[in-house]
Amino acid sequence: MTADHVEHVMGTVFSFAVRDPGPETGPAVRRIVERLHRIDALFSTYRPESEISRLDRGELALAEADPEVRRVLERCAELTAETGGYFTARPGGRLDPSGYVKGWAVEEASRALRASGSAHHCVSGGGDVQTAGGPWRIGIADPHREGAVARVVTGHDLAVATSGTAERGPHIIDPHTGLPSASFASLTLVGRGLTRLDALATAAFAMGAPALRWLAAKGVRALAIHPDGRQETTGSWG
Amino acid sequence: MRRAVITASATAAGVVLLLSLKPHDAAPAHAISSANGGGAAGASGTSGAGTGTGTGATDGAQSADGATRTLTGSAVNTRYGPVQVKVTTAGGRISRIDVIQYPTGDRRDREINEYAIPVLNQEAIAAQSADIDVVSGATYTSDGYTRSLQSALDQAGE
Repeated sequence: MTADHVEHVMGTVFSFAVRDPGPETGPAVRRIVERLHRIDALFSTYRPESEISRLDRGELALAEADPEVRRVLERCAELTAETGGYFTARPGGRLDPSGYVKGWAVEEASRALRASGSAHHCVSGGGDVQTAGGPWRIGIADPHREGAVARVVTGHDLAVATSGTAERGPHIIDPHTGLPSASFASLTLVGRGLTRLDALATAAFAMGAPALRWLAAKGVRALAIHPDGRQETTGSWG
Repeated sequence: MRRAVITASATAAGVVLLLSLKPHDAAPAHAISSANGGGAAGASGTSGAGTGTGTGATDGAQSADGATRTLTGSAVNTRYGPVQVKVTTAGGRISRIDVIQYPTGDRRDREINEYAIPVLNQEAIAAQSADIDVVSGATYTSDGYTRSLQSALDQAGE
């Protein structure tokens, strides 16, 4: 894609491609970028002054937190219930809703582009993708060959979320054991809305082997690439 | 272990290739010389694979779509030594990649290069033929992005 804008924020990179740019597109992208930096300032676990850090240290009461922080933590709690505890806003014991915030921020960016009049665009943030309109051709990175694509998904209005160990090594903690999960080299979910999809991808990655059956039962399409390179999909993938 | 070394070598050369894959007709020389540190692509050169040392060069016909063009990338210092590639495009698509300089320090380097560079050729051309808009993959850091296929896609307008 030709990126209309690339922004380094939230410890990763967001890329925007708008196929139907209009006079509102530039200002909309600028507002979105400002908002991403505000989200980072509120939610970053790397910033000691962020609301999340202050909540974690007990210096800020939830009732006094930004309404957006409260909504995100409520939604995280719902996802914890839905995933049997495999998704949590406290993956390593400390308050850290990052597993929710990135996918949500990408989907929020897409929503803002829609509100500005764009029906055909693609936003990616740190390897998670939300598209509008289409068709878009979304490559799924091969975790065993840097720079190579394992599969391509084509469609309209798709969200694609991938969890994996390719860059950062095993870092997704199974909250039930406290140990990093290494069942998959990568796990990719395809659906409509990235926020929920990204959280489900994190949960399913932590869950390990039973995850594909669990996702299939939810009607979520998934591709697992195993550490030995074997690929496995939910029945609904193709 | 051998596999890991091969991958690292392929990745280093891959950066050079990806930086060179710029179908923009208007500014091929700029695209390649950006491996020296200017603009977004320059970040790739400095963080992923060392710093570019040469200057980009364009030769061949500067003409309309369908023409054959040869682009020679900057030599990039990788941890294994300098790597430099020449990319031939026809009608804006890569038709051939020649590695004109690669590490040959010892027997092991030669073994690696004999394996890695042909494979890399196939992968770079295959990734292009897939003609993708965007990549979904494991979360990368801001630094990792510069080495990613997404970064190459963001820079390569069509």
